[in-house]
Amino acid sequence: MSNISFNKFYRKFNILSLVLIVISLVFLIFKGLNYGVDFKGGTLIELRTTDKTNNISLIRDSFNQMNLGDVSVKKFGNETDFIVKFEKQNSNDPEFIKNIQNKLSSSIGDVDFRRVENVGPKVSSELLKSGIIAISLSLAAMLLYIWIRFEWQFSLGAILAIFHDVIITLGIFSIFSLEINLSIVAAVLTIVGYSMNDTVVIFDRVRENLRKYSDIKIFDLTNISINETLSRTIITSVTTLLALFSIYLFGGEILKGFSLAMILGVIFGTYSSIYIANPILVALNVSQRTIVKEEKD
Amino acid sequence: MLYFSKLRIISVIVFTIFFSYFAFSNFVKFDDKFFSKNINLGLDLQGGSYLLLEIDNRPVITQKLQAKIIELKRYFKEKQITLKNFSLKGDTILFETTDNEIENVKNILNDKESDVNTYYPTYKSHEFDVLEDGNLFSLNYSRYGLVLLKNSSLDQAIEIVRRRVDEVGTNEPNILKRGNDRILVELPGLDDPNRIKSLLGKTANLTFQFISQNNEESFGTEKLSFEDGSRDAIVSKRIILSGDNLVDAKPTMNSQTNETVVSFSLDRVGAKKFGKATSTGVGKQLAIVLDGKIISAPSVREPIVGGSGQISGDFTFQSATDLALLLRSGALPAPLNIIEERTVGPDLGQDSIDAGILSLFIGFLLVILFMIYKYRAFGLIANLALVSNLFLLIGILTLFEATLTLPGIAGIILTVGMAVDANVLIFERIKEETKNEKNPIIAFDAGYTKSRTTILDANITTLIAAFILFFMGSGPVKGFSVTLGVGILTTLFSVYFIARLLTSLYVVKNKDKEQLL
Repeated sequence: MSNISFNKFYRKFNILSLVLIVISLVFLIFKGLNYGVDFKGGTLIELRTTDKTNNISLIRDSFNQMNLGDVSVKKFGNETDFIVKFEKQNSNDPEFIKNIQNKLSSSIGDVDFRRVENVGPKVSSELLKSGIIAISLSLAAMLLYIWIRFEWQFSLGAILAIFHDVIITLGIFSIFSLEINLSIVAAVLTIVGYSMNDTVVIFDRVRENLRKYSDIKIFDLTNISINETLSRTIITSVTTLLALFSIYLFGGEILKGFSLAMILGVIFGTYSSIYIANPILVALNVSQRTIVKEEKD
Repeated sequence: MLYFSKLRIISVIVFTIFFSYFAFSNFVKFDDKFFSKNINLGLDLQGGSYLLLEIDNRPVITQKLQAKIIELKRYFKEKQITLKNFSLKGDTILFETTDNEIENVKNILNDKESDVNTYYPTYKSHEFDVLEDGNLFSLNYSRYGLVLLKNSSLDQAIEIVRRRVDEVGTNEPNILKRGNDRILVELPGLDDPNRIKSLLGKTANLTFQFISQNNEESFGTEKLSFEDGSRDAIVSKRIILSGDNLVDAKPTMNSQTNETVVSFSLDRVGAKKFGKATSTGVGKQLAIVLDGKIISAPSVREPIVGGSGQISGDFTFQSATDLALLLRSGALPAPLNIIEERTVGPDLGQDSIDAGILSLFIGFLLVILFMIYKYRAFGLIANLALVSNLFLLIGILTLFEATLTLPGIAGIILTVGMAVDANVLIFERIKEETKNEKNPIIAFDAGYTKSRTTILDANITTLIAAFILFFMGSGPVKGFSVTLGVGILTTLFSVYFIARLLTSLYVVKNKDKEQLL
């Protein structure tokens, strides 16, 4: 078993986390998130050109001539693949997409629309709302579950750890202007589950050790528990990350954002189980009495 | 924890083989339906279109309110109660009555047996909410009146949408109600949704109206423009015949003019009406109006009594086919707007499948190698459990014909990564136990027992996340939640039955060796 003094760095890492959270919040509030068409409404077209000489500015120019509002063009994987997003979506004109394709073909040669997503403003605001509800609901469900299984000090620790992971992951998405779409919501929910999972394993051990040793202070007890579960923590994170990196590198462009969010979430989730959840127990001065009292009830 | 009865061993094996079989049934072909099930591929993998349509009910509401005004006028006239100053302000019907009739009118409108304001006992509500201010009455659709109206127009619309989509003949379309004013249309395998979109975008309200002799718009006439936008015409508001009376329509070639036309035939009532109108209107121009636009306005040369006719216009064969299709399937009760569209081309779908399988294979291989490196023989056991876990997961998804989406494949890969967690927890616990316990059987047993609550806790939390995603998510994301959720269940099975069985066999056989794990 390892014997690393994690607890020596509780304070330092707490300050680091706090700084990261503040930076993330500042970005989230002032810069905001880069919502994709799912949440902002508009049109997304993934296109493949036959002419290899086409580049981003050429494609952007052709789209700009069509009065579609704000247009953004990005390379997407292959040389010839591009993602084009623009504000306009026209639900009353069934020929909307067809017209764009015709105009484009005449200006930059044959294009194949591999994917089209067209989301109206009403649907996008509903999707955003249900995404936020889903995340809040899962947080509430986790809180409830851990409250039933543990004592309130533990559930506070676990929830703060989850908030930490979600805020920092979203913060990174904000800083680098990465796109938030439906699959990112799925990723965030999975992060919530993973972070919880990781925290629960350590907490289970803390509780077990609280019963076993009455004379060890919580400060050292958490350290023992972290060390006892450390090799599991590392092995599981490694295998999960192996799977996620495999999706990130080989799973195609569409899953890139999803797997990146998950990778960040797993890294921060593992870190927060040790450096957020446990210091909270220390700060709340959890002792054998905390759990014994509970068990007498 | 390590003891397995013969019966249990057999049930584990049978269970595993049964469900794993279906993972392979995707690749074999049998005549028997049950044994050659295939997993459903989501639209993002097989390519296709997802359209969300919203009914614009405003015209229906206005129409119904206008009809209600006529009904009220007639009803109260029969009762010899004078109502005056009828008007429609927004969605409110307004009228006045004389002072001594106020109570009377109020009673009639609020009566539970009322003929003009239907009462729905199940909702404890009338069709209309009635307000009165002195002798001024105002009628508004009640909440339930509006819900019923929307439901009935949705029912009609979904039927028409189904007919139109079926006529185009795409394979296995999926048409569903969403809420009380939306229709979801999923068209798997459809590469180009433009034709369906333009077919669904038309209300297809067909009417025949005479073109007025006057050149000025007056009471009882309206100004309509021709479809090609070339000119306008003043048309009488009186509808001679509408699309409701059509029984068939098809594109044909007019042999005299060599034009593509749409020929139609009418039902008995329609034929009678048409015959009567055309005999009185010889010499007049008859406008054929579709959704407020004149397609053509031929002159009536002779009475048309046979109950069939032709619509000419500048048709190509395709547009004539589409018009005939629209007329056969009937008019929508209200216009439909496409508020969400997602189309994936089949080649992108195939690319996604390839990429998904490649990353699954690589992720799987990496995890397997890592586990062998970490745990040797027990790594092999964990890996066997992982392989059967993967087969079980895909087998169950196939058996229940779940829909596999691209995020769903990601969910499977993620399950592979997280599934080893339970075995790792057990193995690590056993390692700890072996320090104080020399008898490996007791140590292994303790390892399993003591890690159980932790494993349950950890998996239930992920299961909660999967559940919420399933109920809140849509489309591809839902596919992710299904694989994630089912993956947790198969993981628990593979860990507690398959891996534990193998562990127990291994430990009992090698119990005299030093340091098993």
